[in-house]
Amino acid sequence: MGARLLARDFRAGELRVMALSIVLAVASFTTVAFFADRVKSALTQEASQLLGADLVVVSDRPIGDDVRSAATRLARATTETVRFPSMVSAGDASLLVEIKAISTGYPLAGRLRIAGADGTAVDRRAGPPSGKVWLDERAMARLGVGIGAQLAVGEKTFLVSGRTAEDPEAAIGFLNMMPRLLLDAGDLEATKLIQPGSRVTYRLMLAGTPERLGAFREAVWKGIGPGQRLEDVRDARPEIRSALERAERFLGLASLLSVVLAAVAVALAARRYAQRHVDNCAVLRALGASRAYTVAVHAWQIGLVGLVAGCAGAAIGFGAQAGLASLLAPIVQVPLPLPGIEPALQGIAAGFVMLLGFALPPLAALGRVPALRVLRRDVGMPAGISWAGYAAGFGAVAALVYWHTRDARMASIVLGGIVAAGVVSGLVAAVLVRVAAAAGRRAGFAWRFGLANLSRRTVATVVQVVALGVGLLALMLLSITRGDLLDSWRQSLPPDAPNRFLVNIQPDQAEAVQAFLATEGLTQAKLFPMVRARLTDINGKKISSASFTEDRARRLVDREFNLSWSERPQVDNVIEQGEWWSGPKPAGQFSMEKGIADSLGIRVGDVLGYDVAGQRLEAPVTSLRKVEWDSFRVNFFVVSPPGLLETYPATYVTSFHLPTERSAVMDQLVKRFPNLLVIDVAAILQQVQLMMGHVVRAVEYLFLFSLLAGLLVLFAALQSTHDERLREAAILRTLGAASRQIAKAHAAEFLLVGTLAGIFAALGASGIGLLLAREVLNVPYTVGAGVWIVGILAGAIGVLVAGQLGTRQAVHVSPVEALRRG
Amino acid sequence: MTKQVGTGDSVLTILDAVSFDIAEGESVAVVGASGSGKTTLLGLLAGLDLPSAGEVTLAGQGLNALDEDGRAALRGATVGFVFQSFQLLASLTALENVMLPLELAGHAEPRATAMELLRRVGLEARVQHYPRQLSGGEQQRVAIARAFSGPPRILFADEPTGNLDAATGREIADLMFDLNRERGTTLILVTHDEGLSHRCARRLRLAGGRLIADERDRAAA
Repeated sequence: MGARLLARDFRAGELRVMALSIVLAVASFTTVAFFADRVKSALTQEASQLLGADLVVVSDRPIGDDVRSAATRLARATTETVRFPSMVSAGDASLLVEIKAISTGYPLAGRLRIAGADGTAVDRRAGPPSGKVWLDERAMARLGVGIGAQLAVGEKTFLVSGRTAEDPEAAIGFLNMMPRLLLDAGDLEATKLIQPGSRVTYRLMLAGTPERLGAFREAVWKGIGPGQRLEDVRDARPEIRSALERAERFLGLASLLSVVLAAVAVALAARRYAQRHVDNCAVLRALGASRAYTVAVHAWQIGLVGLVAGCAGAAIGFGAQAGLASLLAPIVQVPLPLPGIEPALQGIAAGFVMLLGFALPPLAALGRVPALRVLRRDVGMPAGISWAGYAAGFGAVAALVYWHTRDARMASIVLGGIVAAGVVSGLVAAVLVRVAAAAGRRAGFAWRFGLANLSRRTVATVVQVVALGVGLLALMLLSITRGDLLDSWRQSLPPDAPNRFLVNIQPDQAEAVQAFLATEGLTQAKLFPMVRARLTDINGKKISSASFTEDRARRLVDREFNLSWSERPQVDNVIEQGEWWSGPKPAGQFSMEKGIADSLGIRVGDVLGYDVAGQRLEAPVTSLRKVEWDSFRVNFFVVSPPGLLETYPATYVTSFHLPTERSAVMDQLVKRFPNLLVIDVAAILQQVQLMMGHVVRAVEYLFLFSLLAGLLVLFAALQSTHDERLREAAILRTLGAASRQIAKAHAAEFLLVGTLAGIFAALGASGIGLLLAREVLNVPYTVGAGVWIVGILAGAIGVLVAGQLGTRQAVHVSPVEALRRG
Repeated sequence: MTKQVGTGDSVLTILDAVSFDIAEGESVAVVGASGSGKTTLLGLLAGLDLPSAGEVTLAGQGLNALDEDGRAALRGATVGFVFQSFQLLASLTALENVMLPLELAGHAEPRATAMELLRRVGLEARVQHYPRQLSGGEQQRVAIARAFSGPPRILFADEPTGNLDAATGREIADLMFDLNRERGTTLILVTHDEGLSHRCARRLRLAGGRLIADERDRAAA
């Protein structure tokens, strides 16, 4: 019985909309799931290759002999690397690179492949011969050099003898933006680049059996201090893992938007499906079928549709993830293995959750259709949709959100957001519809009739406007609003904002550097002293990264702080609590940046203990400052009055604006002071924007699903009014209406729905833009006309075309239908 | 005229070579049992549908020569309808429903004319109500007002009292015949109610798709 019903019902349309909705939702869901699965298995499969070893001790200071001897004793093999950023120059060009000094045996796992002059790559297990270096492709391209070129690294000149084709620790370029140079550890000394205050990472790499490495862990665990950690294959590249997890969540939530919209389409279609099956059910009941049987006959159908549509959706998702992967390829620079079957199963399961939540409630009501309906037409479906129905739908969405976020707090924030956005947008759309309908009462037949149709079905209209508007909003937010915001931000920066940072200036170079800058006319460059120190205790209580739960706080505690001293605060600093020092000889004290103080839970009056190059330093916090980081001036988290820090080893830092056409000045500077690091803010911003561009395009790609889901809601809504439209069109025709007049009335209706959706999307995109500008970017923002023009045009034209397609039949209906349907 | 419809492999003949004339100002009832082809005949006469064979001439105009929009325009100009199930548009008020044919025809004063007709059918107090707020009898009054708004030369009525209780049905029939007399409209009424059919001066009897009798009263009702 179910099979026969199925074929007929599929032609009727609601099942088609339901199936398409499931296809779309599952496709959107699995696109992200497949992609995440590929990245995850890449990370797991290649963890030891990525790590270059089985276990690594990472430290920001040379690794102690006790740890080394334990390593030699317990590991099968060990090797060491030293990494730090530095400028290198070739001819007139200079570039900030990451220098990595490697020793014999590197890498212990994975492959180091070096291409020679003839382009063929060979596996290596040691650094280049003395006096030679290997560059990766990016460094070569940006320096404009090839194999055979001379390269100045610190105080030594090297020959470029190979191109790094594969290097374990660089395998995933996620957030790893610096080009890299490899040299032999034996050559490091001669460069004279490692000086006090240099930011160096020492890595001791181990290979061995799990048991012996476990014993090594045990042995050195106690000796691991702040700024040191152990990495093994389980937590290889934790920064990549957490960045990927965040990206997955973000993309997952973007895909969820289309799932929610598709759910609305399922709900509309399921309701109509139930309504059309009331007579069937009444007959079944009259013939003695039980409630359970009545429901089961139909549930079987919908279940089958869900299964087939779910599989189709998973297949589309499989295809679409390839697109997502290629969009994100520049960020995930690792070859991705094929995804497993699990995401497909998850997607199909999600499709069923949707059906359970949104199709089952109206279906269950079919079981309660009274048999009496076969005699009396006025007895129909049990009244309305029950609250239980809404609760089931909400539960389904909640389950999907939780599934995606795996985090109750985050899930409740997202759910709350969905509910709040739904209520607010529903109200806004309802007001828009009412206003439009009232205004249209005075217009001619077509407008009046179209508008009357809309205002009579206010709820359905609001659902359509919101669903289409949300799809449009998501796309506009990323395309137009993003551009507007970036422009506003760029305009808010003064044209002479510092664009170069100079760090690592040694005390004995300070005067010479300042003189150099002065002769080049860069007089605004003031040198700030900087002392590296590690925060060890707050109010006498020892702290470590384990004392904090927040990610940022953990990272802050793990690394060294740059302390500075100054008589007066930087011009853009605002003291928010406490007081800045005054008087000729202020006591030892700190002024702290507000944001970092909040992260670490530090208040005015707390006493901070620092470890500065092995010596202890203690002083109270007497003020909290707000810092304009956007200004690109040199600023410090922690500042003390003069007199406290001068005895510790310091380096100097400065920032200034260098006009683009004078960038050669920096190459001269680097030649004279090879140890200086020049950080080009513009280049970094460009890099970040490039990365953001990739992510944004990926999200846009996913939001296309949302727009399609919005259109499906429109179709489902059109379908739910299809019979009524046919009847009304037939009446109009008997009364003498030409098909043109009916088409015009429909056009008026769709034009309005589309325009309202466009207005809604533009309103949302501008509102969110304003909010971001004010709360996040702190820039003045004027909403561009583009949002409104594109929003309204896209909405109006899109819905008009889709609507006309969906109602062709009603326009050409034969008037005799009016008699038949009587 | 003949009307046949295909049902899968076989062809069903609904009207079989039916032929007659109706003069201007006549009142004619089409009667017959359920399935005798009454409603199909009405559809053909009003130009809602075309015969498979034969020709209908409505108000001097051959319908076969017109396309659907042409027939719609002719209907708008000359014909009024009253249906068994009222067929009001749910999104429009009573007044707007009555105004509708006037607007479609581009009438200059649709509102005033519609108000006048609603007053005539006794609904002046309910002009701003929507169909769902009106009783069955009231809805049929609105439908009658709408049918006469043209004003039509010919009024087609399809079981106009079929969905109403006996007392309301009588009132509605009275109203319809009164208006018909007042305005000198030609009336073509489809019904299986013998009582109602005898208020017309002429009765066309259908059975099995054939015209079996054409009865005329000696004096008009």
